[in-house]
Amino acid sequence: MDFLTLLQVLDSSLRLATPLLLACLAGLFSERAGIFDIGLEGKMLAAAFLSAAIAATTGSVWLGLLAGIGAALLLSAIHGLASITLRGDQIISGVAINFLAAGLTVVISQDWFGQGGRTPPLLSGGRFEPLSLPGAVPAKEISQAGPFMQLYSELLSGHSLLVYVALLMVPLTWFVLYKTRFGLRLRAVGENPAAVDTAGISVVGLRYAAVGICGVLCGIAGAYMATALQAGFVKDMSAGRGFIALAALIFAKWRPWYALGACLLFGFFFAVDNRFQNILLPAWAMSGVLLALGCGLFAYVRNKTLLDRIVLGGLGLGLAIVATLITLSNLNAGLGSMIKIPVVFIQSLPYVLTVVVLAGFVGKAIPPRSGGVAYVKEK
Amino acid sequence: MDVMPKWADVVLVPLISLIIAALLSALLILAIGESPVAALKLMIEGTLLRSSGWGYMLYYTTNFIFTGLAVSVAFHAALFNIGGEGQAMMGGLGVALVCLFIPWPHWTFAIIGASLGAAFFGMIWAGLPAYLQAKRGSHIVITTIMFNFIAAGVLNFFLVGALKPKGSMDPATANFPAATHLPTFEDMAGLLGFEKMFRAAPANVSFFLALVACVLVWFLIWRTPLGYEIRAMGKSEPAARYAGIGSVKIIMVAMMISGALSGMMAINTTQGESERLILNFTEGAGFIGIAVALMGRSHPLGVLLAALLFGFLYQGGAELALWTKIPRELIVVIQALVILFTGALSLMVRGPLERLFLSLRRRG
Repeated sequence: MDFLTLLQVLDSSLRLATPLLLACLAGLFSERAGIFDIGLEGKMLAAAFLSAAIAATTGSVWLGLLAGIGAALLLSAIHGLASITLRGDQIISGVAINFLAAGLTVVISQDWFGQGGRTPPLLSGGRFEPLSLPGAVPAKEISQAGPFMQLYSELLSGHSLLVYVALLMVPLTWFVLYKTRFGLRLRAVGENPAAVDTAGISVVGLRYAAVGICGVLCGIAGAYMATALQAGFVKDMSAGRGFIALAALIFAKWRPWYALGACLLFGFFFAVDNRFQNILLPAWAMSGVLLALGCGLFAYVRNKTLLDRIVLGGLGLGLAIVATLITLSNLNAGLGSMIKIPVVFIQSLPYVLTVVVLAGFVGKAIPPRSGGVAYVKEK
Repeated sequence: MDVMPKWADVVLVPLISLIIAALLSALLILAIGESPVAALKLMIEGTLLRSSGWGYMLYYTTNFIFTGLAVSVAFHAALFNIGGEGQAMMGGLGVALVCLFIPWPHWTFAIIGASLGAAFFGMIWAGLPAYLQAKRGSHIVITTIMFNFIAAGVLNFFLVGALKPKGSMDPATANFPAATHLPTFEDMAGLLGFEKMFRAAPANVSFFLALVACVLVWFLIWRTPLGYEIRAMGKSEPAARYAGIGSVKIIMVAMMISGALSGMMAINTTQGESERLILNFTEGAGFIGIAVALMGRSHPLGVLLAALLFGFLYQGGAELALWTKIPRELIVVIQALVILFTGALSLMVRGPLERLFLSLRRRG
């Protein structure tokens, strides 16, 4: 793989990471204020639909973006009403929002456009076009340029405006959360709302503000998917990105800069999955890694309780069996032979990594203390 | 403390929530430019007035009973198992392995074997998140969501790889041997002398398995010490711990029962209907279980009724999609509204009702 191919993969990672990053920061604001939000997926989907629909009918991508933000804000308002005002279950509300978006987007788009749950393809004015940074070399001449010029032109230049907006949101989020009074209060309301209330600051107001910011960011994320990454809305186009953003949020332990890292990593997995159909690895390396993981688990549980031994030991045994199977099936071809890593393995990596982080084997992820709990004011 | 009589809590709250959801759906149908009354009539004609309509409805109901019971059992322990979808997918893998690789002499043995296989695989897939919750404190909602995606990956891996017959292009296993095929309602009606009943409908003998599961879950939750411990844990974990109930054990056991029930859904779809394992056979039934459990107030009888309702909606929705320009996704909207009003916004329904009963009591 040459340098330019690597740059192209990184470039596509950045583009695919952008909706994750926006949704992840959206979740960050909401969850830091103590409102769990598993409805990121639904909000992105609703925003993607309405932005594409409005951009297609008016021909203006900016109106589309506004409409997308509006759609996401509306769902945020439902989530806020359910989980802040009516003190309902935040998880259930999130589940409902996901289904509401999945169903309504198809029903409405079928009614408006009659194209089987998709919007008409967007023309040039209805999309966010790639921006060329000053001095960047056009794509045709890029192979002749020097490495720094290639890095600049391929990786940094040529993205749509929303990619840069998403990247700028990271320092902005960091600044708002850690350097402003609002941010301090927002974080406090997620840890100990009673203390914030005692200080005479409105818990309800702060939480609604957080849920509102979450809606705006989800709206931008959805609009990016439909008007920049692709040219139009298709049924279920968010395809689990909201949940990957949630995974990235946990992976980043609810911190903005780490969120950038996590989203870029997960975006990289997507890009690798898109670009390379066959990833080959020597058979000995694959079974070796699995065997080592299995043995590591065995060693870890030696002095633990019976339950640990059954569950983790069983997991280790499973890995060891898979390793043995790989070895046996490749004995004829020799252990140096290359075998293909299944595509689904790369696709499942974000979820597996999140589970590993959640399990606390690689640094413990501790959520905001009052997350998921409605605040009941003392009477 | 109880402001409302029990019957109001159990019957009125879900009923009013359902009416609100139905009214909003009717508005949506009006907005599309169709008539809600005609739509309802079409749904009833296509479902309740034809025996094959019943056959489809009870087929969907069977799925929803299993997943609804699964969510309910976890709810009783105050755990939210959102991973029914993934557990059902793994259950399907269990059914396929049992049906394909064991030479069963007759379906009566095969269904027992397949139940064990499905329950075992679903149990493992719920057991891992349960272990992570019980021992490592990872939030069960997030881990079960992640396990849904991982299960989809695992199923995909087997269906495009090891389990796909040579030369076939679809991501599916080979057809199960004829001895494992379950009798459908059509076969059973034929045996009883009613020819031409339930023609071509997929409902099969696993519906009765679902009914048995309802009774067993009721017995477990309300008539056994384990069920008592599960409910105690669900009401108050510190109190349960003080009474000597180990939270690790209850989390593990409740989730594993829940996973086993979700997994058993696959008997209906895989062994009963498609007679081979296909991708996406769960069709979101794992998530509908959440709506069913919420509406049925986590009681097996309520789950049965809610599952019948959703079975009706599913079959009726298919009829609507066939004859009108209302897409099937309308059912997803109704499902979302039911979850919203019975689950998250329940205070909106309950609050005014409680006030009503309070004022009635004062007057009386």
